[in-house]
Formats: sequence, structure tokens, C-alpha cells
Amino acid sequence: MSETATNLLYLVTIVAFVVALRFLSSPRTARLGNVVGAAGMLLAIAVTLAQDRVDHYAPILVAMAVGAVVGAVSARLVKMTAMPQMVALFNGVGGGAAALIALAEFHNLGPEPGRIGVEETVAILLSALIGSVSFAGSLVAFAKLQELVSGRPILYRGQQIVNGLLLAGAAALALAIVAGPQEEWLLTGVLVAALAFGVLFVLPIGGADMPVVISLLNAFTGLAAAATGFVLHNNVLIVSGALVGASGTLLTMLMGRAMNRSLTNVLFGAFGTVQSGAGAAAAAAAGDGGTVRSASADDVAIMLAYARRVVIVPGYGLAVAQAQHDVRALADLLEERGVDVRYAIHPVAGRMPGHMNVLLAEANVPYPQLYEMEQINPEFPRTDVALVIGANDVTNPAARNSPGSPIYGMPILDVDRAENVVVLKRSMNPGFAGIDNELYTHSKTTMLFGDAKESLMALIGAVKSA
Amino acid sequence: MRHPRPRRSDIVNTSLVLELTILVLAIFLGFEVISKVPTMLHTPLMSGTNAIHGIVIVGAILVAGRKDADTLTQVVGFAAVALATANVVGGFVVTDRMLEMFKKRQPPRPE
Repeated sequence: MSETATNLLYLVTIVAFVVALRFLSSPRTARLGNVVGAAGMLLAIAVTLAQDRVDHYAPILVAMAVGAVVGAVSARLVKMTAMPQMVALFNGVGGGAAALIALAEFHNLGPEPGRIGVEETVAILLSALIGSVSFAGSLVAFAKLQELVSGRPILYRGQQIVNGLLLAGAAALALAIVAGPQEEWLLTGVLVAALAFGVLFVLPIGGADMPVVISLLNAFTGLAAAATGFVLHNNVLIVSGALVGASGTLLTMLMGRAMNRSLTNVLFGAFGTVQSGAGAAAAAAAGDGGTVRSASADDVAIMLAYARRVVIVPGYGLAVAQAQHDVRALADLLEERGVDVRYAIHPVAGRMPGHMNVLLAEANVPYPQLYEMEQINPEFPRTDVALVIGANDVTNPAARNSPGSPIYGMPILDVDRAENVVVLKRSMNPGFAGIDNELYTHSKTTMLFGDAKESLMALIGAVKSA
Repeated sequence: MRHPRPRRSDIVNTSLVLELTILVLAIFLGFEVISKVPTMLHTPLMSGTNAIHGIVIVGAILVAGRKDADTLTQVVGFAAVALATANVVGGFVVTDRMLEMFKKRQPPRPE
């Protein structure tokens, strides 16, 4: 196939990707858009395989078959509640592929000095650097979300200095490669430093900040793909990488805004550092000194069954307990009794952008019942019961009232303005951020302790007989 | 305007400038298109863009398939092909699964 034909067909792929993203602006067209995107991808792969300079078909096809089976099976089996882990993993895999391409290209072209032009060298280094950071960082994010390692911030003295040194070291090695000796051990050094940096920069970030981190890693992988495009002089890689980079950046900004925190604060602030000690102590104090009112499922069921309006506030705890279907069942039951049921979705509820929407979509909750923060906040004073299920920091009034709190200034759902607040929670442990929630000791608040799924099933039973 | 260094050939610079132009315009296009995606669909957006960055598979095939590739290049290249394929297939399949759930629900009522 001629170079021109190849590039024209790549242009078709680019158009398909843009259309796919454009169609995501409405749930009606979104699924079709995804199919268009997949078709574009298939075309790009076919066109690439048809190029004259491509050989070694058998092992390539075997590698593709292995990748396809692994990808398809894991994508089929993953639970909707585990979507953040899945996205983190795919981010990492994409970043890793970009880094490997850079490594292979460098090895293949080098190591004769001057054989690789400055542009290519810079592109190879960027691809290797960003790809490795994204790969290692995503794997750590995955491990944290999967709870293979603690979701709490992991800290040690001089962390930022070590991170800074690693990054500076990687940059110095990269500069050395650009300046002169295109030695492979230098690139290996860059890769090792970047991998270590990726691990160490995600490790201290707490679970509640995961939506920001995942978005950022998404942007990184996109940029790594774009850098690979500069290595291979391939427009489809450049444009696709740029689209993903823009998407990830935009989501990172949105998430940061929803938490009222800058990116630097998320990355270097180590949320909960100061608090993890103080927060635990405060929680203990609340345990014995505070006025925590807990009630039985029967009491709460009566409150819900005779309410006029109930607003359900889902959070990460709902995902952990996989209780989305039970929430829906309870809401249906209440609606049959004439209760007005709504859902309040905070932008950073859960562990990734839009996490709660996916869960509620799986449970088939009708759209008109879903309300975003700005829409629902004025409604809380007219709400009889706010039912908080596994959400913590996004309902903490400290964000409004206590300037000393690390979450002060973060926009929250004003559940404390409802007539009554019922909190479904496993225990009095503070959330991932390690901040005590004064909502739990509020005079309006009733706690219903236990696993969210079991509590909801008890509530369903009790509402039926109420 | 930056002057090209004398030792660089103009052709290389022109193609680099073209590629940078494409990159910058694509970033702006990305911001435009993605700012229209509703909050509700942010998770599918993320997994969809995830699938799209699987386009590195093109690069992986080009590198692994080089006729002059030595063993190390090939092994690294095949690993990249496998990772990128998992990325592409998994990304599109999981996005489709999610969007199917969104689609079967009733459309939002007009505001």
C-alpha cells in the first residue's frame, strides 16, 4: 500500500475517533459512537499490518491474540464497582506499551552516535519517560483501589526530596542522551528512574484523591502515545494521543475544582498527613464522648416510609458493598408508597469521575431521579430524610464551617440542611482522608451501622412491613 | 519566529512544525469535543479514551514488524503489541458494556 493511501486511511481513523467522542455527548448516541471508534481502530490496525515495511506476521498475530483474549475476558468479567481499577490498569498497560516502543526503537536505531536525530531522540525520551511514569503510577493506583496495598497515604520523611531527585536524575540522563552519547544504559537509567518516580508519586496519594490521579494518569498515557507518534512520524498516534491527553487534563481540572484543590495540592499535599493522627484521635473521641445516635433498621424504615421526600446520597461505600441494586429496590418500594425519591451525585463521589452514575445505571435508576450537586443542594431544606450510603467527605459540613479543616472550601452536598439525616456506615472510622465528620454527631443524624448491603436489605424488609 | 539551526535540514524542521501544529490543533479539538460530554458519562468517557490511547498498537506493530529488527527489538516489540491489544480490546468492550446500561434507560425528560 502506498504511503499516501496509508495516511489517508489513518485520517479516516482520526475522524472515527473524533466522532466517537462527539457521540459521547448523549447517552442515546454514545454506544454507537463507541462502535464507530472501535471500527476506526480496526481500520488503523489493518492498514498498519498491510504496510510493506511490516514483517514477522506470525509472532505479531500471536501477541495480538494473547492481548485480545486477556483484554476481552477481563473486560467481560470485571464488576461495575471495580471500574476504577480496570481503567487504572488499562492506563498502565497503554503507558507501558508506549515506553516499550520507545525502548525498542532506540535499540533498533542506536547506538551509533548521531544516527537518531534530535527530534526523534527527544520524542523517544518523552515517550519512555511519560509512558513509564504512567505505567508504574497506574499499577500502584490499581493496587490501592484493589486494596492490595493500603489506600491511605503512605508517607516517609523526605519523600518529596526523593521524588524530586528521581525526576531530576531521569531528566539529567535524558539530557545526556540528547547531548551526545546515545548509549542504551542511559535510556535504561531513564526508564528505571521514571518507574521508581511513578511508584513513589502515587504511593502517598490517599484513596479519596483517586479520581484526580486516575484522570491525570489517563492524560499521561495519552501524551505518551502522542510522543510515540513523533518518534514514528505517525499522525494517527499524535492526534489520538492529543485527544486523550486533552480529555484526561479536562477531567483532572474538573475533579480538582470539585474538591476545591489545585493539582499541586493533590500531588504534593499528601492529603491526610497531618490529619491521619489527629483524625483517628478525633474519631476515638467521638466514639466515647460524642453524641452518636444509632438506630435499628426498623426505626429508620418508619422514618423513610412516612417521609414525603427522601434524597439518597451514594458514595464509595455503596460501591464497596456492591449495593446498587438494593438501593434501587428500596427506592422503588418508597416510591410505591408515594415518597418522592431523588439521588444526589457529588462529582467526586467514588473513586473516578462519574463512578456513581455507572453504578446507578447498572441498577437501572431512571435519569430524572439523578441530581447533580448544584441542582439538589437548594432542595435539602425541603427534604425529610437524607439517606447517606457510604459517602463521607462529600457530606462533611466541616468543608463549610471549619477553616482549619483540610477539606475546607470543598463544595459539598448540604445533607445537614435536611430535616433528618440517616447515615449507613460500617463503623465510626473516618473516611480515606482520615478526617472526622461532624455530621455523625449532629443532632439531626441517625447512624445505621453495618455493611451497606445488609443494612439496605434490612431496610427493604422493614419498609415492606411498615 | 525561531531560526532553524544551520545544521538542521529544512525538510526535517518543516515536518516537525507540521506535526506540532497537528498536535496543538488536536488538543484544542479534544477540549472542545470533550467539554460537551455530560458528567453522567464521565466514566465511559474515561474508558473510551482509554481504548483510544490503545492506538499505540499501531506503533507497536511498526516497531515489532521491522524487517531489520534484531531479537531484542522484536521481543520488546511483541510485548508492546500484546499490551496494546489488551488495552484496545479491553477498553472498547468495557465501554460498550457500560454504555449498554446507559442506553436501555429512559431518556431524560426535557428541562
